[in-house]
Amino acid sequence: MINKEAKLNPNLFDESQLERLPTRDGFGHGLVEAGKRDERVVALTADLAESTRAEWFQKEFPERFVDVGVAEQNLATVASGMANVGKIPFITSYATFSPGRNWEQIRTTICINDVPVKVIGNHAGLTVGPDGGTHQALEDIALMRALPNMTVVVPADSHQAYQATLAIAQTDKPAYLRLGREKMPVFTTSETPFVLGKAQVLYEQAGAKVGIIACGSLVYEALLAAEELREKNIPVSVLNLHTIKPLDGEGILEFVQDLDLVVTAEEHQVAAGMGSAVVELLVQNNPKKVVFVGIHDRFGESGDPVELLHAFGLDKNGIIKAIEENL
Amino acid sequence: MTDEQLLSLQKIANDIRISIITMLETAGSGHTAGALGMADIFTALYFHVLKHDPKNPTWEERDRVILSNGHIAPVLYGTMAHAGYFPLEELATLRKFGSRLQGHPDRLFLPGIENTSGPLGSGLSQASGMALAFQMDRKDNHVYCLMSDGELQEGNTWEAIMFAGHKKLSNLTAIIDRNNIQIDGMTDDVLTLEPLVDKWRAFNWNVIEIDGHDIEAFINACETAKSFKEKPTVIIAKTISGKGVVEIEGDYRWHGKPPSTEEKDKWVNELEDSIR
Repeated sequence: MINKEAKLNPNLFDESQLERLPTRDGFGHGLVEAGKRDERVVALTADLAESTRAEWFQKEFPERFVDVGVAEQNLATVASGMANVGKIPFITSYATFSPGRNWEQIRTTICINDVPVKVIGNHAGLTVGPDGGTHQALEDIALMRALPNMTVVVPADSHQAYQATLAIAQTDKPAYLRLGREKMPVFTTSETPFVLGKAQVLYEQAGAKVGIIACGSLVYEALLAAEELREKNIPVSVLNLHTIKPLDGEGILEFVQDLDLVVTAEEHQVAAGMGSAVVELLVQNNPKKVVFVGIHDRFGESGDPVELLHAFGLDKNGIIKAIEENL
Repeated sequence: MTDEQLLSLQKIANDIRISIITMLETAGSGHTAGALGMADIFTALYFHVLKHDPKNPTWEERDRVILSNGHIAPVLYGTMAHAGYFPLEELATLRKFGSRLQGHPDRLFLPGIENTSGPLGSGLSQASGMALAFQMDRKDNHVYCLMSDGELQEGNTWEAIMFAGHKKLSNLTAIIDRNNIQIDGMTDDVLTLEPLVDKWRAFNWNVIEIDGHDIEAFINACETAKSFKEKPTVIIAKTISGKGVVEIEGDYRWHGKPPSTEEKDKWVNELEDSIR
């Protein structure tokens, strides 16, 4: 059953009742709000002001906005310099370019320097759809979570992206926020708590032997899967692991304690992604059978976002299949 | 500048060269040629040009020095120690476990280091970000970015050159160590950089060319750069790698190796004799 403390939208399972918004919109609103709360916040983009929603900040604070042109390496390093002298820069681009192209600059000038640059990776995952494999970032969580000093956040919906933006604006550390282009159901509410680094149990059932740990767009699908399996008398719990680094070890270990099967679900390569982070923890503390729902060592391709998620098994049906085959 | 002031700076540069050679021999690895070649410019910067306080390295009003080509760290450490940032004895810890003097400079290890560097080509954009932030806040801190010529082959560098020119960051001065060498040979054999002056001008920079061992010319160039308010300035300093040690001057094979004990003793003796 839905965890009441999570204060989710009560019409959660009726998709027609839910507003659909992309996580980038939640970020866009969050960035404007962060700018109002703290004048040190500045925004940079690499020729993608509109689609990253950095433009909303630009309209509000034109003197605190910088467009570096199509130059992602410069995007990261100019921001590093600004952060070094007291700014809190948010750098916005598509995840394939930033942190894809500028990974070394992020490593050296942001993470080793340990300055509070916030890397916003838009259009991540398969759901960028028709643009095809070149633009579908499926490796960015791996790139970012391997870096010391970096915080890695993948919000589950647009509202959570807003909360996450405000949360990372308040830390003096580097952070990575992974966002999607597509409109997705908004199932959290302004009452839903959000604490950086604290995983959320969203769905829990007495006697559950199966648990899904999901992030980003797969969280809602995990909830749909759990609800459907409940009707089949297979009790399943769901954990939203929005912060992949630092990992909420305590929360995850508590969640898996009575489980026989853990399914991780993410719109990312299974190699070195969120599921891997979970397994690194479990194998050392409480080994469990784990099944990965994610991308299995291949690139994406063009298609409608929903069609792609279905084809790659990254939806409710894919999660249910993974559970039923491994129970 | 009086002859006396100039001589005093030249003597400091000579002492810094002796420190560079000594610390590299003790470390047993590191970059000799570029560090020696930049001793005059580092001396002029830290002992004349910069607004800074070695006893208060986090002073808000200080100018910022971004070293982009971090591998010439020995000249930075040598200069900082002679300027009073930390004790000269600490130079002997270069590249050792537990040392504040990392093989390439690390901002978190040693106060007074403004940026972590080593991987080439990203210093100028960090310096540009600083200069832009100072302009946003209407602060008059000046930013100096020291770069190698070899790293001008990095794409990130040209993104920064384009950016700073576009933003007219006149509170930024880039200084290029134009010694014509890189690891694999002469820059114009490996990947030509010329016509270098034209390239920077085309990217909307003010360009000054000087002899990088003429301390007075460098100081004058910095003053010109600071008073020029329309564009950022690049000082292309023609230097001789290994300057001060005649037997290795201009020899690219000395880019990345330290002197042996015999070489160190000989070179230090020569330098000690050179300015009396």
